[in-house]
Amino acid sequence: MVLLLFYFFCFLIVVSAFLMLLTRHILYAAFLLLLTFLGIAALYALVGADFLAVSQVVIYVGGVLVLLLFGIMLTHQPVGGQPSAAPQTESRNLWWGALTGIGFFALLAQVIYKADFTSKAWIVSAESQKRLLNNSSIPHLGANLMTHYLLPFEIIAILLLVALVGATLLASRKS
Amino acid sequence: MQIPLENILILSAFLFCIGLMIMITKRNIVVVLMGIELILNAANLNLVAFSQYDAEKLQGQVFALFVMVVAAAEAAVGLAILLLVYRHFKTANLDQISKMKG
Repeated sequence: MVLLLFYFFCFLIVVSAFLMLLTRHILYAAFLLLLTFLGIAALYALVGADFLAVSQVVIYVGGVLVLLLFGIMLTHQPVGGQPSAAPQTESRNLWWGALTGIGFFALLAQVIYKADFTSKAWIVSAESQKRLLNNSSIPHLGANLMTHYLLPFEIIAILLLVALVGATLLASRKS
Repeated sequence: MQIPLENILILSAFLFCIGLMIMITKRNIVVVLMGIELILNAANLNLVAFSQYDAEKLQGQVFALFVMVVAAAEAAVGLAILLLVYRHFKTANLDQISKMKG
């Protein structure tokens, strides 16, 4: 049952990401990105990261995607408003892009199958001692964030604040 | 039942390559930013997949959380730069933004 769900969400992610590559409409790409994010959130829930699944929905779908939609809205040009320049780099970039993507995927797949991660010592010991993630990960995550990772946690909070203030300052400057 | 690790790794490699291809072939700045988000999500998926064998320390999940925050900051700053570029060049097409071409 879990495997069936896993393959269903895999199919969803693969199809929507691939259609994102093929479509020429920006808005379609944004909504396909929404589907991809939701599928990834479901995969997080399936591998036991429940808190991350929720924060994926909140941060990516609720935050980043809305920002991207604002970007589309603010840079939208009416159809036929400007003479559309002939695409200069399309055909060249298309072939190089396809070549790079497919070649890199072949390389990565070969490395993943050759590396044989499931026979690594720490994964085998975790599997044999039943130290797998079965129930909620929130207590461990919260304890870790407030003890071992307290300094990175505070630093990343400052980083987010500075980035948001800087973004507001950049975007609101009058020319 | 355990989900096979290799399948998740292959899926995230696929997502990474799709993001890479979107970044190379697309000509709109917003779509290129979407490709970057896909690449960051692929990296996160790897971290979370390995983190299920690390039930006490959960290093992968903590790191994935930090990556998410950095991705949100990156999207905000990227959108602000996009607005500045659009105001200056009156276009969001990367082909037509060639004033600083070396």
